[in-house]
Amino acid sequence: MKHLDEYRDADLVQRCAQRIADCVTRPWTLMEVCGGQTHAIVRHGLDELLPDGVRLVHGPGCPVCVTPTAILDKAHEIANRPEVIFCTFADMLRVPGTATDLFEVKARGGDVRIIHTPLDAIEIAEAAPDREVVLFAVGFETTAPANALCVVEARRRRLRNFSLLVSHVLVPPAMEAILRADDCRVQGFLAAGHVCSVMGVSEYRPLAARYRVPIVVTGFEPVDILHGILLCVRQLEQGRHEVENQYERAVRPDGNEAALQLVREVFTVTDRAWRGMGSIEHSGLSLAPAYRDLDALQRFGALTGPDDAPGECLSGEVLQGRRRPDECPAFGTRCTPDHPLGATMVSAEGACAAYYRYRPVPVGAESVDDAGAVRELGAVHDTGAPTGTSALRDTGEART
Amino acid sequence: MSERSDETGPSCPLPRSHDTVTLAHGGGGRRMRELIDGVFASAFRSSTAHDGHVTPVTAGRIATTTDAFVVRPMEFPGGDIGSLAVHGTVNDLAMCGARPLHLAAAFILEEGVEIATLQRIAASMARACAEVGTSIVTGDTKVVEHGHGDGVYITMTGTGLCEHDLEIHPRSIRAGDAIVLSGDVGRHGMAVMSARETLSIECDLHSDARELWTPVAALLRADVELHCLRDLTRGGLGTALNELAIDGGVEIEVDERCIPTIEPVRSLCDLLGMDPLYVACEGRFVAIVPADQAERTVQTLAAAAPDERPAVIGHVTAGRPGQVALKTRLGTLRHLPMPSGEQLPRIC
Repeated sequence: MKHLDEYRDADLVQRCAQRIADCVTRPWTLMEVCGGQTHAIVRHGLDELLPDGVRLVHGPGCPVCVTPTAILDKAHEIANRPEVIFCTFADMLRVPGTATDLFEVKARGGDVRIIHTPLDAIEIAEAAPDREVVLFAVGFETTAPANALCVVEARRRRLRNFSLLVSHVLVPPAMEAILRADDCRVQGFLAAGHVCSVMGVSEYRPLAARYRVPIVVTGFEPVDILHGILLCVRQLEQGRHEVENQYERAVRPDGNEAALQLVREVFTVTDRAWRGMGSIEHSGLSLAPAYRDLDALQRFGALTGPDDAPGECLSGEVLQGRRRPDECPAFGTRCTPDHPLGATMVSAEGACAAYYRYRPVPVGAESVDDAGAVRELGAVHDTGAPTGTSALRDTGEART
Repeated sequence: MSERSDETGPSCPLPRSHDTVTLAHGGGGRRMRELIDGVFASAFRSSTAHDGHVTPVTAGRIATTTDAFVVRPMEFPGGDIGSLAVHGTVNDLAMCGARPLHLAAAFILEEGVEIATLQRIAASMARACAEVGTSIVTGDTKVVEHGHGDGVYITMTGTGLCEHDLEIHPRSIRAGDAIVLSGDVGRHGMAVMSARETLSIECDLHSDARELWTPVAALLRADVELHCLRDLTRGGLGTALNELAIDGGVEIEVDERCIPTIEPVRSLCDLLGMDPLYVACEGRFVAIVPADQAERTVQTLAAAAPDERPAVIGHVTAGRPGQVALKTRLGTLRHLPMPSGEQLPRIC
């Protein structure tokens, strides 16, 4: 495949892995921010190719995983209304709220439509003027421009039966929340390439400088990810903490100006709750005052659901890189894709689901069932990096 | 309708092709006979004179299978629900090593379906039957109210004849056996998805739907000692391998580099965040054979269908019963699990 196969080339991958091994002199902990990167790392077994001591922890960049329960409950309530056509991306269907999920709402008669582009919802609204069409506008900076375009288009077509349930989140504030924590173990970031293709790289420079942490804007293919790791580790070894752009073929330093203008026109920055992580200042987008009439919360009532209860699910720890999925006691036993305790086990981009799907079963482990077998993997694949508070302290000292 | 008969034509006026199915077509009276005679019996060249079909028993063993078919859109690049039903049923018989004898079809029709659409589907079924020398000898129709169905549902039952002594079954799988894949994977699922109105993607991708009795018959003629056969359907290759590992009580190891996919399937899967190994196929199967017969299996399949790129993709081990391991393109090893449910396109 043109412009793709070369980034999956086995020889290039091996050469990249070798260069990482050649450059590393001590342990480093890196976080890949985006769930798409986590998925690629685990699917291709890229962490197997890294030298001992280079440890990857997985970040909060899965929009499905971080959508708070209160918004999900509101989505389910709205989708249940007989006058509503509820439009959503497919991977929101399985995410459990307090009592149900969109699959179940659909099965019980709710008119839930899977869309492949937000503009589908506009067409649906125009074709069904006697129904209320609600778009579940979820995602990071990557999906915000298309949803903003929908808002502009709805206004242009004077659609009165269209609204959005907005749960947009922003990456840099979440990275800062992770860095600010006393027990942060992350020493370098692979930033999400797609987000930067919209936003550019300028937001990351203050973060890199303030927290003395290298940030490498990285793509999603195996060669991209290993190259991103190489650039990040090289900075750490040389004591640098800069923003570098590995994903130059897609990311311009200033981002996509047309998309940014659209986002600035339609949305305004707001505080946002992240499932498992709590409220983070200035970490979300909501509709700007000029477009509030298109806010589904105005039309169908404000959020009433509970804050996310801590419960048994440790997805918050996983999303902040404090634990890997296989370090959770419920992983693969009480928590599986069929019976998820949290969204990181639901989404295709969720770190727990990726581990459950792709970790190889070690020879010699008991194979009572799928769950049991996968549960054994944590021990086999542990890179030997220290865990617990001593490791966290080590990481903090290394960074400062 | 029953008792295949070529001597009688339709006895009632043909429904006009611009007509649509109404509840009257399911009422058991004259309109129903018009529909059955004019659309189905005429296409299948079968009679409606009796309640069932009788066939003499010959030497060998009888295989029986049944399957239900729902697909949207009903007509897609490379096939339709009718050809899909015939192929699917014939293929299940073929996986038993059985030559298809007769098929039975039951149709659930939603009020409002166009007669012309039904005529196209029935003609497509007749053509699919003719490819493998089988026929639809009995059937049924029911009509449900508008909004209570999805156009056309088809349930199909087939009987076939095993004219060999092989025990083609998961319990015959042995450690050391080779796994041969009959062709590239993922075309059907992505062709159907690309044809859906909601996904405005233009690509030249056709379903892989086809009958599999011809290649299986070729393997039997070549005296390949078939331990097991499994056609790839909804859950694709990944699901089929997991089923075989579980039902056969063995571990399966496959090499991703050996699994053929065509470029449009890979591109579309990348675009939607889907894994081709779990995308539906309707004309592909895996054959599990003794390792020393793997090459002959590939050569026989290649001769029967030169464009489909059959390949040895892995082998069976005694290791961990019920598990499938995948060696990735990069040489790393990962679990290839049974999927939880249908693959869903991703947000970004």
